[in-house]
Amino acid sequence: MKTVKFSADFQFLDEIREFVGQFAGENGFSEKEVYSIQLAADEAASNIIEHAYAEVKNGELEISCGMEGDILTIVLRDHGKSFNPDSVRPPNLKAGLSERQIGGLGIYLMRKLMDDVKYESTANGDNLLTLTKRRG
Amino acid sequence: MEVFKKEFKHCDVLTVKGRVDSATAPQFSQALDAVTESGRYKIVIDMSGLEYMSSAGFRALLATQRICKRYNRGEVVLAIVPERIHEALELAGFTELFKMYNDPLTAVGSF
Repeated sequence: MKTVKFSADFQFLDEIREFVGQFAGENGFSEKEVYSIQLAADEAASNIIEHAYAEVKNGELEISCGMEGDILTIVLRDHGKSFNPDSVRPPNLKAGLSERQIGGLGIYLMRKLMDDVKYESTANGDNLLTLTKRRG
Repeated sequence: MEVFKKEFKHCDVLTVKGRVDSATAPQFSQALDAVTESGRYKIVIDMSGLEYMSSAGFRALLATQRICKRYNRGEVVLAIVPERIHEALELAGFTELFKMYNDPLTAVGSF
């Protein structure tokens, strides 16, 4: 797995997308798939930066990319507040403009863009978010 | 990310270039708010130069659409939506909330 540590700051989203996009592109994903993977990683990282490190200044986000056969795995590890995406209600896409909920969109997109999204809180206080996608 | 505004008789065209994500979305929101706060609610977003947009950008569009459509005083429409962004808007269920045009002049003419 290729691993890079990023400061938990929105200004590094460009670099985060660059890192995962480069890896996915090098491993045979199409342009459309690369965009989806970048978007999913962005949404995941943005949530971690905003929620896990809400009151923290120098948080760190470690992102790993790996390929096993046709399957890409991206792991986002943080040491911040536990934030389980399963706890967020998906948006109601049938709701009209005024009822359409604003929150939860990022997580919803992440789940639609990737094949699988798994969250776990480890024994030593790390949060691991694992995104997987099979090459199309 | 840059946003340029051009005022027409019946509407404003905001041209957004570059990438809208959690880092740049506040700037994008600010540009949208500047229009509505000046009492103008008919807005065309020219996306021809938009390379990327995450849900942070979608939220800004949604918030502005709500303001503009209130009291039927206007709306936000999108022009030249790049394919990748259109796909994401569709996934997010946003394509039914915004009219889309293939060129900004037709969008302007619709107001």
